Amino acid sequence: MFETLSDRFDTIFSRLRGRGKLSESDVDEVLREIRVALLEADVALPVVKTFVARVREQAVGEQVSQALNPAQQVIKIVHAELIAILGGETFKLSFASKPPTVVLMAGLQGSGKTTNTAKLARWFKAQGRNPLMVGADLQRPAAVEQLRTLGEQIDVPVFSEPSDPVAVAAAGLEHARRTGRDVLLVDTAGRLAIDAELMDEVRRISEAVQPDYTLLVVDAMTGQDAVSTAEAFHATLELDGVILTKLDGDARGGAALSVREVVGRPIAFASTGEKLDDFDLFHPDRLAGRILGMGDVLSLIEKAEQVYEAEEAEAAAARLMEGRFTLEDFLHQLQQIKKMGPLSGIMGMLPGVPKEVRNAEIDDRQVGRVEAMIRSMTPAERAEPTIIDGSRRARIAVGSGTTPNDISMLVKQFTEMQRMMKKMGGAGSKKALSKSRKGKKRKGPGGGRVTARGGPATPMPDLAAELEAHMGRVGGARSAGGKLPPADDLTLPGLP
Amino acid sequence: MEILLVVAVLAVVVLAGGLLVRQRGGRRGGVVELEPPVAPTSGGVAVEEAPTPEAPTEQQLPPEVVVAEDEVFEPPVVHPEVAVETTTRPRFRDRLVKARSRFTDALGALRGSKIDDSAWEDLEVALLSADVGVAATEELLEAVRATVTERRLTEGDELLEVLKDEMRARLGGFDTSLKTAEQSPTVWLLVGVNGVGKTTTAGKLAHRETTAGHSVMLAAGDTFRAAAAEQLGMWAQRTGADIVRGADGGDPSAVVYDAIEAAAARGCDLVIADTAGRLHTKSNLMEELGKVRRVADRGAGTVTEALLVLDATTGQNGLVQAQQFTEAVELTGVVLTKLDGSAKGGIVLAIEAQLGIPVKLVGLGEAAGDLVEFDADEFVEALFS
Ligand SMILES: Nc1nc2c(ncn2[C@@H]2O[C@H](COP(=O)(O)OP(=O)(O)OP(=O)(O)O)[C@@H](O)[C@H]2O)c(=O)[nH]1
Ligand SMILES: Nc1nc2c(ncn2[C@@H]2O[C@H](COP(=O)(O)OP(=O)(O)OP(=O)(O)O)[C@@H](O)[C@H]2O)c(=O)[nH]1
Ligand SMILES: [Mg+2]
Ligand SMILES: [Mg+2]
Repeated sequence: MFETLSDRFDTIFSRLRGRGKLSESDVDEVLREIRVALLEADVALPVVKTFVARVREQAVGEQVSQALNPAQQVIKIVHAELIAILGGETFKLSFASKPPTVVLMAGLQGSGKTTNTAKLARWFKAQGRNPLMVGADLQRPAAVEQLRTLGEQIDVPVFSEPSDPVAVAAAGLEHARRTGRDVLLVDTAGRLAIDAELMDEVRRISEAVQPDYTLLVVDAMTGQDAVSTAEAFHATLELDGVILTKLDGDARGGAALSVREVVGRPIAFASTGEKLDDFDLFHPDRLAGRILGMGDVLSLIEKAEQVYEAEEAEAAAARLMEGRFTLEDFLHQLQQIKKMGPLSGIMGMLPGVPKEVRNAEIDDRQVGRVEAMIRSMTPAERAEPTIIDGSRRARIAVGSGTTPNDISMLVKQFTEMQRMMKKMGGAGSKKALSKSRKGKKRKGPGGGRVTARGGPATPMPDLAAELEAHMGRVGGARSAGGKLPPADDLTLPGLP
Repeated sequence: MEILLVVAVLAVVVLAGGLLVRQRGGRRGGVVELEPPVAPTSGGVAVEEAPTPEAPTEQQLPPEVVVAEDEVFEPPVVHPEVAVETTTRPRFRDRLVKARSRFTDALGALRGSKIDDSAWEDLEVALLSADVGVAATEELLEAVRATVTERRLTEGDELLEVLKDEMRARLGGFDTSLKTAEQSPTVWLLVGVNGVGKTTTAGKLAHRETTAGHSVMLAAGDTFRAAAAEQLGMWAQRTGADIVRGADGGDPSAVVYDAIEAAAARGCDLVIADTAGRLHTKSNLMEELGKVRRVADRGAGTVTEALLVLDATTGQNGLVQAQQFTEAVELTGVVLTKLDGSAKGGIVLAIEAQLGIPVKLVGLGEAAGDLVEFDADEFVEALFS
């Protein structure tokens, strides 16, 4: 199995670590790796070419003038370039002066048009609008039925009639005007970009309703074909934006880069699940950050905020850094984190978690074993695990249905972590404690069982250093107002 | 506050990760099966163990939901207004011809010219643009290079032939026929991520098999997506197949089980089971699918095919999909859909090479007749002609 894009960058960066200067051949080597990484992430070949060329141009040019830290320079350029492609202008939506504001949904078969028509309707409704959905897919079996079912779920009416898609769309617009609906969302049938007849049909639908916004719905799992599809739809319909769907999977989403580059229109929304509330504005910085191996820290924070109470987290973190973090605390934290979802999922969002750990087999049921072990300890043992001797070990093992060896392992790892945290606490991170923001409390979803696959079990190499690096970065990230740090501040795992 | 959260989460997760990994280190063989035997209760409803509390299924209502009255639609004796396409089955080449321009362009320069650096580059571009993937492309070109050196080839056309041979060798040689059980009913299961064409393929298969004179029962195993059962119901109507549906949000394995029992009771040969689309990263849903397969095997029927439906536009993620789905249900083959578009479906090369799962069927359109058996020669020829 190939490495993730972040893993690849991690590998490149760690190889560059400690080198004083980047020669031209170094730059080429890095760029070769970046090319492969982007291709494996499904970025379309032509886009990869221009991307790599641009990075190279800048990398070589800049290096001559100031050879401060060449590795960081290249990374900075790659990062900035990714942001430039993904971000740039953002999607702005203004409502038509003469309602309704019309939105047309188009895309390949199965990309998620119908589902996202309803998601968008829900989104408009939440902003106080009165949307109407039009079922103009008369082709796929039960397509209108699907839209109606979704409409019922969000209490948004659906207009359709068994005539012809263009006629339905036109009648839908008329219906919206008559019934005072201020947003009209038109769901269309899936069609292939090379199907001239159906492309002409969607063009006629567009002519009939004169959309204010035409959105292309693109599956994040799409491969190289994303470019020709996006080009064809753009040529026919003049797109205003893109909805990227199925982002809840593990596809690298290189299609987003491709589409953004060739169509030059922003990715407006991100669809991250089958449920209608799994929908949000697209955050280019998040995707770029992920590509660069920075983890999806912002999503992690959002999740954490749902289950943690501010004071409680602060207190725990303070104890953690002062080395007063006990097994009791650990047990409690573990339970909180479980509310955020399966461990391996959370691990994937963390920046720079060594890939051996990230890919290792993590079975959330095992969490229960750890919990059982701690529960079988006395309060004194939880507070000071070093007092656990042979006989105590045996007792705890019996109590928790584990082996004395398991207990030793737990204690050993825990002590290691304590030591490490203490070290970090002294390393100037405490100032972060004063910087706090109020957290919201909401109930998070329960965790499911997860069995991740993969590599050898060699967890936590040099974790202290890793943690330190991330902490600095995360602090910076949030102080920049929820955005990623400016490229100048960018530090990556393990870099000098 | 944010930084504290991250620190706390990071520390605890990594520590926990370390612990869990170590503990699992010594154990053999993945997940422990917690599956109790299925005992059909009165009323022919399969009762399965409720998922363990810490593994709630995302798509499902409370686990103890039992399938409500199944509606069994009896088809009219006379074939309904099935738009039976009597045309000859579509061939790859006819369908691909309009979509192929890019690939052909990339290799046009090769013909009639010598093998040089740009020839190799053309091949690489062609393969990468077809979603074959970096690793599989490198591996293919390595093999081609060895042959070219060994046979001292110099012509671009020869180079192309060698590449075709290599691709055929990797794709061919598999038995692509769909197996039937010695004792009816046979069960074919369709699985895959969201929106790839599972339901449509179920309908197309029903069309193919009813046309061939078999009696078919469709099982509406997608109880989650809006109007999924209605969609399959329309295919049942079109093809004259029977269908068993469950309550919305019900247990899919119970629906499939019921469909098999109903098929056995009325002497149906074949049960084609549709399932809800699910991303391979959702472990609870993958587990649910594993259960569907196990339960389907327990009753009167035998699962002889578990087919991964794969959208030809899928990029490198397709390989992970195949890997995860085969882990859940032991895939017997792949159905490559939407090959009538401009996407090439090159990821199947990696899937066959790495996982040994053959492509058995190809979807070439949205109509009932647009399903053909996979043919490696045609697939490769169509890509290169
Ligand atoms: N996991 C996940 N599934 C999604 C997402 N968006 C849509 N889906 C699912 O993808 C499948 C296809 O979605 P539809 O909305 O029916 O797609 P469509 O483009 O309307 O399909 P056609 O009308 O047949 O062309 C359904 O199973 C949806 O539930 C998403 O963001 N994540
Ligand atoms: N052009 C083309 N379209 C296809 C093909 N197979 C399926 N489709 C279309 O793809 C879309 C999705 O097909 P479905 O059968 O609903 O997919 P599914 O996998 O059941 O989707 P979910 O149940 O929502 O996960 C529909 O619009 C189908 O008509 C094919 O071979 N070619
Ligand atoms: Mg639709
Ligand atoms: Mg379906």
